[in-house]
Amino acid sequence: MSAEHRDRRKERLDRGIKVRTDGVYAISSWKEITYLLAPRVLLIGGLLLAPLILSPFPYWQRVISIIAIYALLAIGFDFLANFVGLVSLGGGFYIGVGAYIAALLNSELGLPPMWTIPAATFFGAGICTALFLPCLPLRGVYFAIVSLMYPLLAARLIEAFDLFGGTDGILGVSGFSSPWTERYLLITSVLVAAFALRRLINAADVGLVFRGVKDNDQAVRASGINITTYKALGVFIASALGCLGGACLSHIYMWAGLSQFALDFSIIPIAATVVGGGGTLIGPVLGCLILVPISEVLRDFGTLRIAVYAIILTGFIVFKSEGIMLYATRKYQQFERWVEI
Amino acid sequence: MTREPILQVKGISKSFGGVLALSAMDLEVYPGDILGIIGPNGSGKTTLVNVITGFVTADRGNVIFKGKDITNWKPHKIADMGLTRTFQVMRPYFSLPAFKNLIVPLFSPRARRTGGWRGGGKLGSRDTVAVDILEEIGFERDSYVPYKTASSLPTGYLKRLELARCLALRPDIILCDEVFSGLSMSEMASMVPLMERLQMEGITLVMVEHRLRELFRLANRVMVLNFGCKIAEGTSDEVMEHKEVKEAYFGSEEGVAGYV
Repeated sequence: MSAEHRDRRKERLDRGIKVRTDGVYAISSWKEITYLLAPRVLLIGGLLLAPLILSPFPYWQRVISIIAIYALLAIGFDFLANFVGLVSLGGGFYIGVGAYIAALLNSELGLPPMWTIPAATFFGAGICTALFLPCLPLRGVYFAIVSLMYPLLAARLIEAFDLFGGTDGILGVSGFSSPWTERYLLITSVLVAAFALRRLINAADVGLVFRGVKDNDQAVRASGINITTYKALGVFIASALGCLGGACLSHIYMWAGLSQFALDFSIIPIAATVVGGGGTLIGPVLGCLILVPISEVLRDFGTLRIAVYAIILTGFIVFKSEGIMLYATRKYQQFERWVEI
Repeated sequence: MTREPILQVKGISKSFGGVLALSAMDLEVYPGDILGIIGPNGSGKTTLVNVITGFVTADRGNVIFKGKDITNWKPHKIADMGLTRTFQVMRPYFSLPAFKNLIVPLFSPRARRTGGWRGGGKLGSRDTVAVDILEEIGFERDSYVPYKTASSLPTGYLKRLELARCLALRPDIILCDEVFSGLSMSEMASMVPLMERLQMEGITLVMVEHRLRELFRLANRVMVLNFGCKIAEGTSDEVMEHKEVKEAYFGSEEGVAGYV
């Protein structure tokens, strides 16, 4: 019998440097500044340099773009689920709407990607928000079920009524002028979206209203604030990110079609948020950086990918349900030790 | 009476399935009054508050506030008119510090127009206004209480936080759903003068209560509900002498005799 084990427990304490960097004194020495900046620089620099480092492997450069598209969706999912309280499975719908709008503007009106992408982002988000408006009073799992219906329904409608080229989709969409525009547009979008939303949630008063809607919508209504407005605003932000990704996707593949309403776009962002850590907005990006390459490597195995996904997800939920981001933050900021009781 | 009622309820009925929670309820509240509403459990007190504030839709009848028919309006619109409520089960944002809880109501259109309690029509920095309101209703600034996370606060402070959320809107009326329940005797003792102060500030109060002693000290008028009906109304002494009220609280003598 281990008597020692009964007499001690694990204690978690903030690291000294974490405490020193809490206040304004952090800028008094390079050590503290480095401690604060290192993780941010690592993420931003890593993402910005990735296409350059991978330049000998054009296939993996393309994967970076796909990762970024999934990351946009995952940031939107994390924002809606953890700060507005809407669990949205409509990722595939956002991508499809963005892709079709960009493709139509490009092939019908001849607009270049420079105009189609912003237009698809804003009009697409407007369309998504208007269509989701009737479901906004729903909460929790009910909203999730209804939102999953949208991508499925859109694909079937296009198929049945032969809209926008039907099952063939819209061909002959022009590509990006340079592959570097494509990569850096997407990577900067991901970084701006993640950091801007973090700032909105943590530092702005409107962020507290969003969190209030998630925590306690009745109290927000009793405070004289229309919660539907804020839910709609949340859906607009999340769907704008998705439509941006979708518009880029249609220009990357030079085609818009039914497969852009695929359920992958609804499911992988959720998996990425679980793996990376929900409620952090950076975690979902990390999750995509792990899951999307795995999915590419396993492409040869066809649907077996799903089984691997299931194992990874189950592993994370059982063993590290907090996700990578929260785990890493804790290790970075705190240390553990055994104390005698 | 020469004064116009600020809030009028006319013939409100509400049933949940087969249960009649409110039947043809009438109610009048005059500006500056404190109206107490008492009644046994399940008599429809909270439903009445929910119907007036729009959280539950009425089956029949009208709610008139400041001369306007607000029956079945959306809750946020009713709050925007200046008719606010507290919740019996406190609903703070548990993960936020107490003063950050008030940022949400201070962000509302009404608070922007009015500047919040004592704001004088101008809304300053929301953080400052929030801490000011909290200090006025008994969160001692020196002891760091306004900055503590809501989940770490005891019931007494959470009940005050509910009131503070209403005050941030600079309300005309507050419907208080059991602000005394769950409080210790000393917490209650300090809550009574606070309610008196709100009355002196010109805020009309409707208090749904189980604590009769504290309520009778405050209320000008008391209304008694039982099974969704008003059984008595008047000053506290009048009400307590009422036969039906005694029966509702203690049971009827005939009924008891019948069982024995």
